[in-house]
Amino acid sequence: MTSLPAATSRRLGLAIDLDTCVGCQACVTACKGWNDRAEGHVGGLGDADPYGAEPSGAFLNRVHAYQVEPEAGPPQTVTFPRSCLHCENAPCVTVCPTGASYKRAEDGIVLVNEAACIGCGLCAWACPYGAREMDPTARVMRKCTLCIDRIYNETLPEEDRIPACVRTCPTGARHFGDFADPDSAVSRLAAERGGYDLMPDLGTRPTNKYLPPRPKDRPAEVAPLAPLLDIRAEGIAGWLDRILSRL
Amino acid sequence: MHPAPSVIVFTVASGLGFGLLAFLGLGWPVPAPGLPAFLHWGLGYLLAAGGLVASTFHLGHPERAWRAFSQWRSSWLSREGVAAVAALVLLAPTALSDWLDLGLTRLPGQAGAVLAALTVLATSMIYTQLSSVPRWHHWSTPPVFLGFALAGGALLAGRTWVALPALVGLGLLLAWVFADGETRFARAGQTTGTATGLGRIGRTRVLEQPHSGPNYLMREMIHIVGRRHARKLQALSLVLAAALPAAIVALVLAGVLPALAGLALAGVLHMAGALAQRWLFFAQAEHVVGLYYGKR
Ligand code: SF4
Ligand code: SF4
Ligand code: SF4
Repeated sequence: MTSLPAATSRRLGLAIDLDTCVGCQACVTACKGWNDRAEGHVGGLGDADPYGAEPSGAFLNRVHAYQVEPEAGPPQTVTFPRSCLHCENAPCVTVCPTGASYKRAEDGIVLVNEAACIGCGLCAWACPYGAREMDPTARVMRKCTLCIDRIYNETLPEEDRIPACVRTCPTGARHFGDFADPDSAVSRLAAERGGYDLMPDLGTRPTNKYLPPRPKDRPAEVAPLAPLLDIRAEGIAGWLDRILSRL
Repeated sequence: MHPAPSVIVFTVASGLGFGLLAFLGLGWPVPAPGLPAFLHWGLGYLLAAGGLVASTFHLGHPERAWRAFSQWRSSWLSREGVAAVAALVLLAPTALSDWLDLGLTRLPGQAGAVLAALTVLATSMIYTQLSSVPRWHHWSTPPVFLGFALAGGALLAGRTWVALPALVGLGLLLAWVFADGETRFARAGQTTGTATGLGRIGRTRVLEQPHSGPNYLMREMIHIVGRRHARKLQALSLVLAAALPAAIVALVLAGVLPALAGLALAGVLHMAGALAQRWLFFAQAEHVVGLYYGKR
């Protein structure tokens, strides 16, 4: 049913730390790898022309790179992972004509039922964050499942019951947890670090939070080699120097 | 947004078809029984139903299209499908009655006319509801779609006294929408800084793209139309969709032009103008996702 649940008992999502992310793209690859398995919940993430001249495939997670220029100080590079934010007020769900898109009442995860999707693409239009991509081979809509087939998967070792992108991140920039619980690690991180929503004015109420880069240390007032610029010659060298500069 | 031909043809044809069907359902005019009624109603059904069929061409899985009737409680796209089929079914007895001179009550036809108007409204709401596309997310979008259905329907129904003011009104509305549309994206206030939240630190711009080739998002949502190109098409669509047909209708009313030939010519010109307008409607609409790519 494409009506949204009035409330969800849990709000599972990611806190993404832009201070820690180094833009290595490991999460992009891990996500693609996990979700491209036929036996997984997504069941495949198709690629068009994979080894040809113009390869183009569906991904559920993309990592951008931005240059940010503060008022004072040098510009900074910020790498920025972008995947579904599992919005509370998800516009992608209510536009769906078939009921294929839905938001789970128990944990707030937004999913697509592949068997009911007609591939009309309207949900991808409705998502402001570009979190949905059409599968070029299966011709149905794909999106992040928050790795629903890992987080509840009791056949996996305990430490693997987190999303593939979180598990793989070498710097620990992606954190998974329940934002409905104020004491969860992600809730505390978001509170301590000023976690924010993307484009909050659009009223989507994203679950995922982005933790801003920490302020950069001020560049030292005095450069470490500055004293060397002001060397006064002494002794014979000083006498020569004085004579020569008088000439 | 990518201007997909199937969606352009669908929205133009079905808008025009449901406009004409609404007039016929109301009995305005009641075409003469036999061939005239068959042709008039047939044209309406051809445009409306043909448009619906064209709309399935861009689906990944058209064989599942029946599922799209299920979510009318929440989805405008589903409502559009339900209203369209209900209108076509309700109008059928009146169409048959006119064609075969059965003398049945026009009540279903009148109800069908209301549903035809609701179908066009639902079509427009599919676009109006999207806050991710500021150029569409505006009160003027439903009047544009309804204006096309009214003006085009009146032309095809031969209702000159409705068509003339409707065409003039449509032209004025379009001219304003073309001008106002230019600033809607900026007025929505989203930038790469708000899309990433990095605007709180400073001016944010793209350093490197996340992938080397275009993906679905870029192909579907990012379409850049040259300003000069757009200006020319806007002028063309205003002249073809509104100005020329209005002038022809005025000449028909003045008795200078023969009615049937004049209205047929005006109808063809109007449809060409509507296609140009609809191409621009998609091609010029900027999706906020373009902000992540530094393009729109
Ligand atoms: S990020 Fe996009 S796809 Fe995900 S829930 Fe929000 S609107 Fe839907
Ligand atoms: S593409 Fe599939 S999931 Fe998305 S709106 Fe259409 S039917 Fe629903
Ligand atoms: S949670 Fe899973 S599906 Fe979502 S981006 Fe991470 S790896 Fe991909």
